[in-house]
Amino acid sequence: MSTARTTRDSAGSARPDAGKPSGRTGATASGAAGGLVDGRADGTVSGAADGRADGTVSGGAGSLVDGRAAGRVADQDGRPAGAGRAAGTAAWAGAGGPFAEPMRPRPLRATGRLLRSELGLTFRRPRNIAMLVVLAVVPVIMGVVLRVVGMDEDTPSIVTQVAGNGVMLTFVAMSMLIQLLLPLAVAVVAGESIAGEAGGGTLRYLLTAPAGRTRLLLVKFANMAVFALAACAVVALAALVTGFALFPVGPVTLLSGTTIPLFDGLLRLLLVVAYCAAGMAAFGAIGIAVSTMTEVPIGAVAGSVVGVVFFQVFSLIPQLEPIRPYLLTTWWSTFDGAMRDPVATDVMTQGLFAFASYALIAGAIAWGRFTSRDITS
Amino acid sequence: MTTMTGEGAPEAASPRGAPAGASTEPASILSRGLTKRFAGGQVAVDDLHLTVPRGSVFGFLGPNGSGKTTTIRMLLGLVQPTSGACEVLGRPMPAGLSEALPKVGALVEGPAFYPYLSGEANLRRYDAADPLADPRTVGARVGAALDRVGLGAAAGKRYRAYSLGMRQRLAIAATLLGPRELLVLDEPTNGLDPQGTREVRSLIKEIAADGTTVFVSSHLLAEVAQMCSHIGVMRAGRLVAQGPIAELTAGHAARLRVETPHAARAAAVLDRLELAGVRAADGEVSAEIGGVPPERVCAELVGAGVAVRGLAVLRPSLEEVFVDLTGEGFDVDG
Ligand SMILES: Nc1ncnc2c1ncn2[C@@H]1O[C@H](COP(=O)(O)OP(=O)(O)OP(=O)(O)O)[C@@H](O)[C@H]1O
Ligand SMILES: [Mg+2]
Repeated sequence: MSTARTTRDSAGSARPDAGKPSGRTGATASGAAGGLVDGRADGTVSGAADGRADGTVSGGAGSLVDGRAAGRVADQDGRPAGAGRAAGTAAWAGAGGPFAEPMRPRPLRATGRLLRSELGLTFRRPRNIAMLVVLAVVPVIMGVVLRVVGMDEDTPSIVTQVAGNGVMLTFVAMSMLIQLLLPLAVAVVAGESIAGEAGGGTLRYLLTAPAGRTRLLLVKFANMAVFALAACAVVALAALVTGFALFPVGPVTLLSGTTIPLFDGLLRLLLVVAYCAAGMAAFGAIGIAVSTMTEVPIGAVAGSVVGVVFFQVFSLIPQLEPIRPYLLTTWWSTFDGAMRDPVATDVMTQGLFAFASYALIAGAIAWGRFTSRDITS
Repeated sequence: MTTMTGEGAPEAASPRGAPAGASTEPASILSRGLTKRFAGGQVAVDDLHLTVPRGSVFGFLGPNGSGKTTTIRMLLGLVQPTSGACEVLGRPMPAGLSEALPKVGALVEGPAFYPYLSGEANLRRYDAADPLADPRTVGARVGAALDRVGLGAAAGKRYRAYSLGMRQRLAIAATLLGPRELLVLDEPTNGLDPQGTREVRSLIKEIAADGTTVFVSSHLLAEVAQMCSHIGVMRAGRLVAQGPIAELTAGHAARLRVETPHAARAAAVLDRLELAGVRAADGEVSAEIGGVPPERVCAELVGAGVAVRGLAVLRPSLEEVFVDLTGEGFDVDG
């Protein structure tokens, strides 16, 4: 009688060696040598009260000493099964392996690498590509519409301007898109920057890599600025190509009435793009600051877009005229200074100053928040 | 050697929780009075004195919500401690983060990757974030890491299309991108099938055999029992015990248990044999076996006419130790 029981117990302690398929339950299936797991099952057979004690019999006899040894045996058996592990280990430990020579710290090069990775993510991401495509399509549609409408008698002067010279389409397209669509695209990238990584949980792995909070934030700013520039350039380029295709092109008559050669006109457009990109980047800085405050990227995007709408509503209220110079949106449309003769450097310098102020303040807020924040996502 | 830091533990002047000899042996992870109180007032980690000896496989155990992940986040500089200090690889955290973390592979609270990137591209992305990683060897390192976790065949697949187990493996691969002195693995076998669990276990042993310290958190006792040399037990934010496994279980006496219909007679026999702590219940009797050979007890019982239905020596299991330490079962902590 007693022998029967002891036999079973010794079988229990020998069990780990057998490495039985241990998929007994999802919750406790922690592996082969599950003395506790098996033991508990034994318990249910012989009576609820004994359950745990029984478990400790079978697992216990060998749980700490034999059990571990058994585990080792199982590993050696299991090792060949793990595909490529041997190869991995060789690459790991071998003298000629990838870790043979340790890296010297090269902060600039490393930051460049992270920025390239960031840009790769931003510009390969289907959603961002789609936004750039939309930004490219709008000027084309505008060109086509203007071409059709342009035949009419009492059309606004801007349309006749475009009808007279295709280069002006870029100017018109920029004035339209900088009001909402361009900021929206930048807000998406900026709002996503930190909040997206936080929400997806990737932020904790970037920071434990360790990317460094300040460095990561700088890279996010640089990436956003590059995207802002790309977005403005896409609009300008699409408008330019459409303008060249649908309208006559020649020497450019500026807003101030002067006519300059076509090449000079194109240079002026370059200035427009650069100025708009600066304005968008300043807005993007705000977006990143908002993005450091939340783990919900959509919230950050919506927050900054709502901000734009507020700014623009403010600038429409006559009573709020005195605060207009302090609104970021006021300075977006002053890129038309580049289309005057001489270039309205005073207004545009003021604009750049406003952009820099906004970017600096937003950057400081983002930095203060991001470097002190607990990453609990 | 094993120290208790529970309520009943005496307050020691020297840092508590340090195994003897810790002063000479360097610790991979060291925390003193580490405390985290979240904004809501919740104390997730309370006065933690943790010592993880270099080269150990340290099982960090505790029920759900006991503060394991919060501790790991503080060790990795993700969360600012409310008070107390910690060191990782001899560097204070979070101040020494940039020197320590390149030598630390970390898996914190499950995998997190970019769903629209392939497994390989994801690893490259994280590698790019490490300022000390050599871009010239990234291909080889990523390949080796993927092979090591058995993901070589799925390297080009989008993360979105990965199964739970594949995601977990990828997260482990991400911890193996460089030469590591310390791996911090928060529930590394979560979501893995038994085969995967076994593989992770042997991978951890393999890595530890190279001299890497492994700090692995888990709420599964059996898992930890099999691969760890040391354990620390969390309970509601407090570290209730830590030390080498053998020492933690050593304090618990082995018991002999006899199944018999003649419980009273059997108890008398055990008393006569001068076994301590004799407990008789319906249908069974148990006592601390001490140095008495079980076969002698059996012979005595049979000689006394006790019908022995079952006889077993119960060594203390980790679970028993925990039940003693944590007071209750292994359930969720508020
Ligand atoms: N961001 C937070 N804000 C407030 N409380 C938190 C936060 N994160 C965690 N907690 C609380 O802190 C306690 C410890 O949580 P933690 O995630 O560290 O537990 P754990 O031991 O890792 O649990 P599990 O085994 O479930 O992973 C829990 O009670 C939890 O509710
Ligand atoms: Mg956790």
